[in-house]
Amino acid sequence: MTASISAPVEVRGLTKHFAAGTGLLRNRSRVHAVDDLTFALRAGTITALVGESGSGKSTVARLLARLYDPTSGSVLFEGNDVTSERSREDVLRYRSRVQMIFQDPFGSLNPVKTIRHHLSRPLRIHERVPRSGMDARLCELLVTVGLVPPEKFLEKFPHELSGGQRQRVAIARALAAEPTVLIADEPTSMLDVSIRVGILNLMLELKERERLAFLYVTHDLASARYVADIVLVMYAGQIVEQGPAERVLQRPLHPYTRLLLASVPDPAAGARERIEVRKGLASAAVDPPAGCRFVERCPLRVGICSEVTPELVAARPGHSARCHVTAPSPAIREDNHVESAHPALPR
Amino acid sequence: MTAAMTESQPSMAAQQDTLIRLQNLTVAYGDVVAVDGVDLTIGAGEILGLAGESGCGKTTVANSIMHILRPPARIAGGGILFRGDDLTAQSAEELRRHRWRNVSMVFQSAMNSLNPVMRVGDQFVDMMRAHERISKSGALDRAGELLDLVGIDRRRIRAYPHELSGGMRQRVIIAMALALRPELVLMDEPTTALDVVVQREILQQIRDLQAELGFAVLFITHDLSLLFEFAHRIAIMYAGEIVEEAPAARLRDEARHPYTLGLIRSFPSLTGPRERMTGIPGSPPDLSSPPHGCRFHPRCPHCTADDTALYRLQTTVRPVLRDIAPAHRVACHLVEQRG
Repeated sequence: MTASISAPVEVRGLTKHFAAGTGLLRNRSRVHAVDDLTFALRAGTITALVGESGSGKSTVARLLARLYDPTSGSVLFEGNDVTSERSREDVLRYRSRVQMIFQDPFGSLNPVKTIRHHLSRPLRIHERVPRSGMDARLCELLVTVGLVPPEKFLEKFPHELSGGQRQRVAIARALAAEPTVLIADEPTSMLDVSIRVGILNLMLELKERERLAFLYVTHDLASARYVADIVLVMYAGQIVEQGPAERVLQRPLHPYTRLLLASVPDPAAGARERIEVRKGLASAAVDPPAGCRFVERCPLRVGICSEVTPELVAARPGHSARCHVTAPSPAIREDNHVESAHPALPR
Repeated sequence: MTAAMTESQPSMAAQQDTLIRLQNLTVAYGDVVAVDGVDLTIGAGEILGLAGESGCGKTTVANSIMHILRPPARIAGGGILFRGDDLTAQSAEELRRHRWRNVSMVFQSAMNSLNPVMRVGDQFVDMMRAHERISKSGALDRAGELLDLVGIDRRRIRAYPHELSGGMRQRVIIAMALALRPELVLMDEPTTALDVVVQREILQQIRDLQAELGFAVLFITHDLSLLFEFAHRIAIMYAGEIVEEAPAARLRDEARHPYTLGLIRSFPSLTGPRERMTGIPGSPPDLSSPPHGCRFHPRCPHCTADDTALYRLQTTVRPVLRDIAPAHRVACHLVEQRG
């Protein structure tokens, strides 16, 4: 399969539901945290998964890291369905290839262990280098993430490093297992602005040099534009828009993407419109009825939106959206005579 | 109202009427000087943005104005004048009345500062009755009005904090901060924990309320891009000092301090060409032993040994804030020499 070489990870119909409420209050309600996601992570490509808190984007990251089991759907690694693999060896092999970087570089490193300890552990667990080659490999990893001279960092403890340096250590630790896929869940949101760009640049370098496939989970659209090749926009558990980054962010189709873009402070943007204040995100993924999950907040809604669930439809080549108005499926278009692109949207 | 978020000039009256003046304010935590000789004014009805990285002292400035520094932090020098009265000389009781009535504060992650086992309305009542003679029902009426003002259904005064979303709790806190009609509201990263859409809603609301009620705001954040849209004037803080200060539009277009320029270049943009950015190399200094001379010099791209005389200045003499244009001040040897 040639496809599996360029796309080390593919997900098909990936779905994760949680029971709503806890303990005695637990009822039959289901939160559709992730609903029927299909996408591929390609080598040498950064795919950004954007959305607000509660959109399900972190659940996707955890499903891919196999920290959760999906309710249905499958995760394919190099063409093989790994969803049903349960043995320790299989999971270990998968995790050595698909590594994760977390949001909080303060919480993800053990405060009483040195950097040497953090980096040599994955090398030992995944048996990547012989004992004699350990030091050389550790230094190489530190150089890769821009911590030079490496000797200066090996014996340090996490508290002796700045936030940005700690996040670089976390990235070096992920690279130690020689992964082909890196999942980064908001890796810069806890860092100071002047440091963030350095981490984003490191992601770009790793993508180019190591041909890694990246999933970059973020709510920061400007940083997504800076690093990503592909953008997936998530709302209430579903992908509502996907396509090449510049297309999605410069000529968005879905009204939710437009709302997100209109909300970002952008010094270069000049005079801007006020956004409409609407409500309703939190509950949109709980026992969702038929119809569009964004309907309550949508300025473009028409009658069909609360009746029929929109499909992801490719309105432009490689660029699709889940919206009856801006990306109607052929059947809907015939039934309702809606325009193929809504006049309210920039073309 | 479409221009509400971008209009950047306070009225002339606001500029002339100084509400608070920090004079050479110095705050120390033990031996560590966190705020070192800050001069800053806030005019009545003005939104002043204070931006800088974590640890630069911006929150300490706000805590000093509110007079809620906790030991070992203490005001080691300088003064804080509120309408001409020096707060550092006031008694504890005078300061207690100063808080909330003259100046109120919305803290970082304030949404977690509500009491979880008390109804929202009762928390308003508590706060108001601590500061003025008002009946419980009168206070509840006011609380309802205030909730209306920040866009929350007034029936929510019966709600417990956990029944509200993060954005709603933050609005409740803002409503409480406005309850006694203070002249100055200090806001310390009030939207940092919130999603972009909610953040924008709340900023719009603060701006509307500010235009309607006329209070001044000291808005503290690390997000400079947000201030360009929201603030009238912006001060940039680095390692305990103000390094640049200018009206928002001017700072956006004509910033001069290398640190300010570095911050501006640290934000990827949603418009314009996709360019590789550099950020600012290095990290902020340890304030227990700040660099000699200009505190930014170890990270400054213009501090090289090429120009020996300038290099000596940069590494040995502390630059002072100087006017380079009306209302635009910069503390930088390079700017001073080359204009």
